[in-house]
Amino acid sequence: MIMGNAHFGFNSEWMTILSAAFMHNAFIAGACIAIAAGVMGYFTIARHSTFAAHALAHIGLPGATGAVLLGLPVSFGLGIFALGGALIIGALGKKASQREIATGTVLAFATGLGLFFSRMSSSASQQMQAILFGSILTITSDQIWGFAIFDVLLLAVVTVAYRPLLFSSLDEQVAQAKGVPVGIMNVLFMTIMAGVITVAVPAVGTLLIFALVVTPAATANILTSTPLRSMLLSSILCLASIWGGLVISAMFPAPPSFVIVAISTFFWLLAEGVEALRHH
Amino acid sequence: MRTSPTNRKPTMNRQTAPASPQRDAAAHKTPALAFRNVSIKRSDRIIWRHGNFTIPSGSITAIVGANGAGKTTMLKAELGLIPLNSGKITVLGGSAGTTNGLIGYVPQNYAGDIESNLTAEQSVLLGLTGTKFGIHPTTRAQRAQAREAMRFTGVDDKRHYRLSELSGGLRQRVAIAQALVSGPQILMLDEPLANLDLAAQHEIIHVLAKLNHEMGMTIQVVSHDLNMLLPILDGAVYLLDGHPHYAQMNEVLDADLLTHLYGTKVQVITTPQGEMFVTPGPEEAVDTTPDIHRTTELAHLHDHDISDLNANFEQNETTAENVRSGNHVDTISHMASQPKQQEEDSKTENGQEEA
Repeated sequence: MIMGNAHFGFNSEWMTILSAAFMHNAFIAGACIAIAAGVMGYFTIARHSTFAAHALAHIGLPGATGAVLLGLPVSFGLGIFALGGALIIGALGKKASQREIATGTVLAFATGLGLFFSRMSSSASQQMQAILFGSILTITSDQIWGFAIFDVLLLAVVTVAYRPLLFSSLDEQVAQAKGVPVGIMNVLFMTIMAGVITVAVPAVGTLLIFALVVTPAATANILTSTPLRSMLLSSILCLASIWGGLVISAMFPAPPSFVIVAISTFFWLLAEGVEALRHH
Repeated sequence: MRTSPTNRKPTMNRQTAPASPQRDAAAHKTPALAFRNVSIKRSDRIIWRHGNFTIPSGSITAIVGANGAGKTTMLKAELGLIPLNSGKITVLGGSAGTTNGLIGYVPQNYAGDIESNLTAEQSVLLGLTGTKFGIHPTTRAQRAQAREAMRFTGVDDKRHYRLSELSGGLRQRVAIAQALVSGPQILMLDEPLANLDLAAQHEIIHVLAKLNHEMGMTIQVVSHDLNMLLPILDGAVYLLDGHPHYAQMNEVLDADLLTHLYGTKVQVITTPQGEMFVTPGPEEAVDTTPDIHRTTELAHLHDHDISDLNANFEQNETTAENVRSGNHVDTISHMASQPKQQEEDSKTENGQEEA
């Protein structure tokens, strides 16, 4: 099928594409990202920090383009900026992550700064689109090792801090009165969030990250009624979105990021629809 | 160091203990709360000062005052969540914040905007296990404790409902169950009746009366509206003119005082049955100016000299000793004598859930 100049047709060679080494990496990276995003997505929603999570990715943007400018790895710059932003938001307290105007303003400024940095060198300019919309097909083995180590750390920390983190998400004042160090919980949450953003941005980019970190968790929250099941389902939905996105983008000429986000959104709409029907 | 709530004896054991004179005697020895020359400052503004009073154990006390008078601030100070500008608050024998394991706290609008999928039972369990780091599978005993607390507040049958599916009244009772599950001696509630319909308000009042009557729980309720609480109150801390004052119920129910307290005309009516209601007064003339002050400016206007202050403190202590009356017992019988009302309550509650 030909639409104007664009070819949009089924690629019969898709199995060959899927067996390529870069696809292999993409599948493994997808699994690592799904675990991190699935677990933290639950807390992001429970803590009303979805917008803060979204903002962190954008705060990371100038870090990413700035890193290219300096000849450093993209993930390094992204991670440093996201962490810096996370620590500031975390230190300001849980309420701060709900300050939408301040967060939105910083977000816009950071995005502009990212653009500024990217225009200062041609290589940064070339990478801009990959950072904004992801490039899961270019993930290296080294990056995968980084992702895997991050996942292990994340699971260990969340396992240990699970109950206090949940308690402070439910009601910070009660948790604080009972002796939960809510300040530390805030900083801990935001720090892990920065890590998740750093890990997930290569897959879908800073602009589309919401659909990978928050949307599957929201879908899982509709369908399950315990935090653990929600995290598990959220990870599975995230994995299905990424892997499904990889397979479909191998079959059809559509960017993986788009298909990943589309599948994630489809699951969410489906769950919302079923839920709405059930209430009628 | 804060004490872990789980080290304490289980809540519901005290329920089976007879409400004996022994308990009352013990309660009289140590007041549940004692304020000594306490003042609170937030961002360089004195919210209130000269807090000198004691609240006896086993009593139900309201904290009343106009908006912004520092009611919630008082609860937070008692929990050690905000620093004192001066003075000392003693809670159950320890300074504020050190005995929080023995306090159940129900904040305003608990889980009102929750978006997570937590069920009522999981929420209550967090009151027992929420402070624990590490891997702790929920034990059968903990689950039983949570069930018991939920049964007490009447939400046992709602334990598998998500918080977001529950009506405001039911969610409030889940919050109370969460506060109760660790076996506190004091229960602090911040505006527990706000945004609830009459039926749901009655249910909460009933739960509070039962807690106080059957378990000897000391209860503090922040409220801007005294009416609903009147039948169960032993006394009230009223924040007036930038000072907290403690008084037993008949002293608080003075029309002039209440009018001053709320900055709008209030009348106290005694019905033939002996019940008292606080109602807004008849329409004021258009050209009258109500006597309204910001509490912060009033805190600066009023300065007691120290002898006055001490006299006040002693007097308050005496008052506190005298306060414990059978008021709340009457209330329960009063409530029991209204089965029709109760029926209507539960109907409305059910109606809410379907909506």
